[in-house]
Amino acid sequence: MFVGYYLFSNLQANLDKQGIATGFGFLNQPAGFPILIHLIEYTEANTYGRAFVVALINTFVISLLGIVLATIIGVIMGLARLSNNWLIARLATVYVETLRNIPLLLQMFFWYFAVLSALPGPKNSIIFGDFLMNNRGIYSPNPQFQNGFGFVVFGFFVGVAAAIALIVWAKRRQTRTGIWFPAYWASLGTIVAITFLSLVLSGFPVEFDLPELGRFNIVGGMVLTPEFVAVLIALSTYTSSFIAEIVRAGIQSVNWGQTEASRSLGLPDGLTQRLIVLPQALRVIIPPLTSQFLNLAKNSSLGAAIAYPELVSVVMGTTSGQTGQSIETIGLCMLVYGSLSLTISLFMNWYNKKMSLTER
Amino acid sequence: MTKIFKASPSLPPPVNSVGPVAWIRQNLVSTPFNTALTLISLYILYLLVPPVISWAIINATWDGESKADCTAGGACWAFIRVRFDQFMYGRYPLEEYWRINLGCILLIVLIGMYAIKVVNKTILTTFILIAYPVIAYLLFAGGLLGLEQVETELWGGLFLTVLLGIIGIIASFPLGVLLALGRRSNMPIVKSVCIIFIETIRAVPLITILFMASVMIPLFLPDGLNFNKMLRVLIGITLFSAAYMAEVIRGGLQAIPKGQYEAADAMGLTYWQSMLLVILPQALKLVIPGIVNTFIALFKDTTLVYIVGMFDLLGMIQLASHSPKWLGTTIEGYAFSGFLYWIICFSMSRYSMTVERKLETGHKRN
Amino acid sequence: MTEQNMALAQLEAGEKATIEFNDVNKWYGDFHVLKNINFSIKKGERIVVCGPSGSGKSTMIRCVNRLEEHQKGSIMVDGIEMNDNLKNIEAIRKDVGMVFQHFNLFPHLTILENLTLAPIWVRKMPKKEAEEMAMHYLERVKIANQAAKFPGQLSGGQQQRVAIARGLCMKPRIMLFDEPTSALDPEMIKEVLDVMIQLAEEGMTMICVTHEMGFAKTVADRVVFMDAGEIVEANEPHKFFDDPQHDRTQLFLSQILNH
Repeated sequence: MFVGYYLFSNLQANLDKQGIATGFGFLNQPAGFPILIHLIEYTEANTYGRAFVVALINTFVISLLGIVLATIIGVIMGLARLSNNWLIARLATVYVETLRNIPLLLQMFFWYFAVLSALPGPKNSIIFGDFLMNNRGIYSPNPQFQNGFGFVVFGFFVGVAAAIALIVWAKRRQTRTGIWFPAYWASLGTIVAITFLSLVLSGFPVEFDLPELGRFNIVGGMVLTPEFVAVLIALSTYTSSFIAEIVRAGIQSVNWGQTEASRSLGLPDGLTQRLIVLPQALRVIIPPLTSQFLNLAKNSSLGAAIAYPELVSVVMGTTSGQTGQSIETIGLCMLVYGSLSLTISLFMNWYNKKMSLTER
Repeated sequence: MTKIFKASPSLPPPVNSVGPVAWIRQNLVSTPFNTALTLISLYILYLLVPPVISWAIINATWDGESKADCTAGGACWAFIRVRFDQFMYGRYPLEEYWRINLGCILLIVLIGMYAIKVVNKTILTTFILIAYPVIAYLLFAGGLLGLEQVETELWGGLFLTVLLGIIGIIASFPLGVLLALGRRSNMPIVKSVCIIFIETIRAVPLITILFMASVMIPLFLPDGLNFNKMLRVLIGITLFSAAYMAEVIRGGLQAIPKGQYEAADAMGLTYWQSMLLVILPQALKLVIPGIVNTFIALFKDTTLVYIVGMFDLLGMIQLASHSPKWLGTTIEGYAFSGFLYWIICFSMSRYSMTVERKLETGHKRN
Repeated sequence: MTEQNMALAQLEAGEKATIEFNDVNKWYGDFHVLKNINFSIKKGERIVVCGPSGSGKSTMIRCVNRLEEHQKGSIMVDGIEMNDNLKNIEAIRKDVGMVFQHFNLFPHLTILENLTLAPIWVRKMPKKEAEEMAMHYLERVKIANQAAKFPGQLSGGQQQRVAIARGLCMKPRIMLFDEPTSALDPEMIKEVLDVMIQLAEEGMTMICVTHEMGFAKTVADRVVFMDAGEIVEANEPHKFFDDPQHDRTQLFLSQILNH
């Protein structure tokens, strides 16, 4: 008690002495600093509050993209480690063991300082078709959606609905007659076909703003800055190595006897994997997988080291530096990460309860 | 009339099912798909390995005074050689390196003494945990006994990384035990405080904790009194690690059958006695792999201190590779430091797996 | 082999042996685990295989449905040769059922779903028909009231009976049993053996690897003794138990029957 009081009184004294305000009023004051990557409108005249939202969106976007990429790569690498092909299995092992044991910050610096900086200047950009790559970033065509595009979006949803209907129909048919129609592949094809059809019917209402070399720099197109690319690659590859291990352990956790029983019943290997091994493996995979997703979101904060404008660098770095209100800013950051963490924990608890195998 | 059964001899397997040709057939080209994969892998290796070898070994420069001395298409290992001491010791004064070396040798000798049978292990452990840190601090920081004082700001490089890692894990251990016990406690206040502490720390990135320690601690102290930055960072690292350690230990505590707790109670032991003498020894043995994994994670996390202005191994690499004489040597720097980190972390994870395997066989009851 | 040829072969095989081992040899790496197995089984025969552990008995029957691969010799099942050809493997597996020592029920599916899985996906049966058939077999093994439960909720003996019913749902011509009672507590062994005896009396061709000599005496047409990877002796039960020919067989019987 007394210790708490003592600490607090010191806090008051120090804050007063340095002229630092308390409370969250600063959120309404003009920020006065630019943010290079902003998905919503933002200028220096906007408030700190808006800067906070911009940074939040940046964190959110890179975490989401990172999670998707990391999962795809991780699953591929995990399956590769279990492959019958000795070469593929060894290569995947090298990938996993290398990335897991090197600090993420080092990997991020590697991509940012060693790889992306080594790219040539705008005048000598590397060109892949309509894409340009140089040390200012990766430039891609920027799709400009025109008036007919709403129809295409509508077409996409029609495709999705048709795909779902197809799967439902196929399942019902199997129940009735026993005949199985490969509905999953067909539904994928349906979505693609119907979306494409709506594109054609509306006369391709998309134009592409192509990046071109201007006098000193690239004009047009859409740019992915080196900061963004470095953080994304580092986060995805690093996390994918952990996900690979989780996938591998999950699949190996399924008793070999299950595969044998399924084979002895005459089920082909594809169905054995899909109906017997995968459902049991997923139970073991999902909980640690969601932990890795949370880790990736937390690790996005390392972007602060290369000035990627995510939450920590904008709020705890610049805002705190300018207003001096470190307590509020740190508290704000912790609140954001805390809620994210809580959401994921709640999801995991729900998932575990739902999936637990019924035993006596 | 019993016949004597003549057993057939064990023959060697048919030629086409063993040996290198058979191995290639089974493992690399067993199906068309597999063959395609093998070819793709070989192509990838062909694209990656020769250029790397030619850069890292064949065209590399091993001697020189600046980047200009290095050939363009090869690695500039001269950079590593010239700056090696700084990568190891940070900005510690050259003449005083012997102090760090002495401290390390002393530690290695002390740990080696565990192998000697005659030594009393309890005394050794107490000495290592209590006396050695004091000795080491005096050695490294100086200011007494005629040793020149070296400010902690100057400590850096691999020395700092290892120092932070070891202190972090050793200090977080008792704290983690207390938190784990507190979380399982029956006293509601203790339990809630522990849960809130653990879950809050685990929910946020380490960097917020480091910022907090770095920036906020001075605000809570009266004017003039301030902790040394390294101490603040260490407090942050310790608290962070303790939360994760607590969860690992809690897993071990949960794995101990209830009967153990009950037997200890029935013998009339107090809470602390039963914990120290019966439960914890068993629980901790179970979670050694988990503890090693926490250490590996902590070791990798020490790189973050660069963001709050301390120059660990990665920090020194950054500093050196951006100095005017050595611009453009970032790859060599990262390759070297990456290799060091990799060796250390990989060995620790192998060790953890070996321990896990040994423990598994020990606990296998069928 | 085309579909017609396969059917023809099966017709002819009805008169000849159902399972034929011809000079079958298998190695695990350098270890010669099956040596020159020559054996044939007629339709409707009940064979019990016994022997010390490591003798290769489980390995031998697992070669019949390709859970293990043999390197030399040939195995014919109902006229179809068991080799690397995927069509052959799948055709044989449809008609050969197997019961494992550790049951291997699918824990994430209900008992009913365990039974209907293969009929629906392999024999392309409509769901209702499959469920009716499954309930019929569950009643035969006297466990119909557990149809909606999960394997984790059943005892060992119950699980093994479900495993037998699951094998039967594919209407196999041959049933393989790999030490079906070895993982059961003593009081549950009888309920499983009763089901197996009933199956045998209905004329199912079966190969059973087991240590239950009482079962062998009751049900077997022939008892096969294996040791160190080869078949030492194979005879009708009364000849096998009362007048074993080889010293090895005598030694084994004395060990197993004397406690």
